[in-house]
Amino acid sequence: MEKKLVKTLREAIVLSGLRDGMSVSFHHHLRNGDFTLSAVMEEIADLGIKDLTLNASSLFDTHQSLEAHIENRVIKKINTNYMSQGLGHRISEGIMEEAVEFRTHGGRPRDISLGITPIDVAFIAAPASDAAGNCSGKYGPSACGSLGYAIPDAMYAKKVIVITDHLMPYPLTDCSIPEIYVDYVVQVPAIGDPRGIVSGTTRITRDPVGLLMAETAVEVIRHSGLLKDGFSFQTGAGGATLAAAKFLQDHMLRENIRGSFASGGITGYLVDMLESGCFEKLMDVQCFDLKAVESIRKNPAHHEISAMQYASPAAKSAVVDHLDVVLLGATEVDTDFNVNVHTDSSGRIMGGSGGHSDTAAGARLSMIIAPLFRARLPIVCDRVQCISTPGKDVDVLITQRGVAVNPKNEELILRLRDARIPVVDIHELKYMAEKLTGVPQRKQRTGRTVANVIYRDGTMIDQIKSVK
Amino acid sequence: MRRSMLFLPGNTPNIIVNGEILGADSVILDLEDAVAPSEKDSARILVRNAIKMMGFGKCEVIVRINGLDSDYWQQDLNCVIPARPQIIMLPKTACAEDVRTVDRYLSVLEEKYGMEEGSVGLMPLIETAMGVENAFLIASASSRVKGIFLGGEDLTADLRCKRTREGREILYARTRLVCAARAAGVEVYDTPFTDVNDDDGLYQDAQYAKALGFTGKASISPRHVKGINEVFSPPVKDIDYAYEVMNAIREAKAMGKGAVALRGKMIDAPIVMRAQQVIEQAKALGLGREEA
Repeated sequence: MEKKLVKTLREAIVLSGLRDGMSVSFHHHLRNGDFTLSAVMEEIADLGIKDLTLNASSLFDTHQSLEAHIENRVIKKINTNYMSQGLGHRISEGIMEEAVEFRTHGGRPRDISLGITPIDVAFIAAPASDAAGNCSGKYGPSACGSLGYAIPDAMYAKKVIVITDHLMPYPLTDCSIPEIYVDYVVQVPAIGDPRGIVSGTTRITRDPVGLLMAETAVEVIRHSGLLKDGFSFQTGAGGATLAAAKFLQDHMLRENIRGSFASGGITGYLVDMLESGCFEKLMDVQCFDLKAVESIRKNPAHHEISAMQYASPAAKSAVVDHLDVVLLGATEVDTDFNVNVHTDSSGRIMGGSGGHSDTAAGARLSMIIAPLFRARLPIVCDRVQCISTPGKDVDVLITQRGVAVNPKNEELILRLRDARIPVVDIHELKYMAEKLTGVPQRKQRTGRTVANVIYRDGTMIDQIKSVK
Repeated sequence: MRRSMLFLPGNTPNIIVNGEILGADSVILDLEDAVAPSEKDSARILVRNAIKMMGFGKCEVIVRINGLDSDYWQQDLNCVIPARPQIIMLPKTACAEDVRTVDRYLSVLEEKYGMEEGSVGLMPLIETAMGVENAFLIASASSRVKGIFLGGEDLTADLRCKRTREGREILYARTRLVCAARAAGVEVYDTPFTDVNDDDGLYQDAQYAKALGFTGKASISPRHVKGINEVFSPPVKDIDYAYEVMNAIREAKAMGKGAVALRGKMIDAPIVMRAQQVIEQAKALGLGREEA
């Protein structure tokens, strides 16, 4: 057997055969603490390789060094599911010739598996690995829990390089990715900064408006007809949605309701719900905090899933298709219930769909929690700056001044009205917001295209234009 | 009905803009302690515009102006009265003359802006030893006075004692204010419980205040509003009983009976009065029933 363990990143890159015009991939489980993407790109640039396609499941501010690699043409194109505002704003200014392709957490593995976005070399940062490449996110100083987003990369890339700072004896049997997919293993001093990888604790909001919206969300779930034994649920890690999870837990325990599973990015609050008996299982594609990491390591009911099983429309079925309720956020919602999570109110990139569109499409009840206005800007508008999730997949918008229900969902409107939940027309919410904030003058969407937003089925749902 | 009154700093637009949805029966837009001297003018303008533009729905608007010992109180009134707040709260009210001073100035402004005289109410904030001793005189100094309000923090500083979770140090002031208010025929409101993270403490403190006879209680945190509302709302069994009492009275009258008994107990005048108060409260909260 050829030895897989190589001494340096550079050696691994050379051995992989990477050359001009190829595609490289990275996962984002190390979030804002990730060292590997920058380190790998540095070596690639040093080797003089150019015109690469970077396929990263998400990009954070810690990856700001990419800007230099874009400028010197090491990177020609970016495919990603999320981009935080540091790099996002620069992309919006038009620093790349080719438009970024945004996908969803389900759309990315779909297109990788279908060969639409083939990967030549996958670089997989692994908090623990053995010398053969059996690797895991559960162990080591940089533990991040699940490695769900890296699994499709490992399965479909032509070459796979595992990068670890915690080499364990062969065989690491409790692994996320088995050796059968791995070509090379590199040990480095540190793959990331644990402080940026997972937060110590994720906390629910103390903002009274957020708490009020969270309470309303739970009331809507209660009266939706879905909250009964076998219930399944997903929530984001935002302050108000976490608060809703906490209130939901209180209600489920009081009423002795036993759900089947909670999924997605997992926080300590969902771990609490699992441990207190609200759910039988957690289906975890990504851990958000230390409590979730510890739980996935120890609790067999806390189950790691791949991005494909999580949300890929090309999979024969996926977890999102089994969801009863998902609670999501939004930067903007329009009167057709389209949701923007890609850009800010000026049209500059500051996010991405992640699993937003996937869960909204899959869940039987998709709920958006958003305040009617942030600072002086109304959140409900005539037309969002960018359609991330189409209105057809959104059922309810929860604000602090009322709940708007998508008119297609007539039965839900009746149920909520019967429960005396304040249901209002979404146009009325827009009017309420604008009465207080005024109508902002919108930026013209006339610049050149800096990003294409690809919906989970592969169609282009919107384009993001450059902003000066 | 004021069960809960929520203080909102007058210089925080993001909080004020959501003031009406936080569940309080009244909001107190504060120009006094919450606002630094350098921000008094901007807070005044913000509060005025917020009242004008937002309306605050079903929520009553009270403005706490600066005290008579400051240079600001007249400017505060000049600015906010045209926006027509329902009630002005006067801090550190020490005597009846304090009330009359503001009363007279309000009359001048009401005339100037074409408002009905006496349309703006007053709520003296009693937070000094002198104020406590003059409580009845303050409560009955003007027909504008809708209620008096106990401020525990400043009072304990004036009394030279420490404010505690149990509040034994303000027991005298509490009972004295309740008695003075009831004697003057106005409402009486209890000081906020200031530990925002102590939900049990808030609940106990509110229950204690209700037991002493307070109409409602103020809060400095939206988190406390729900608990206060719960404590100061009449329980369903009290509402049921009040309607039973009134029905029994009606039936007895129809039958020409003088003495009335319910569940084996004689119903006397205080029981009837209490029942009427509970029904009034229930109606104000939308919990009233159709009377048979």
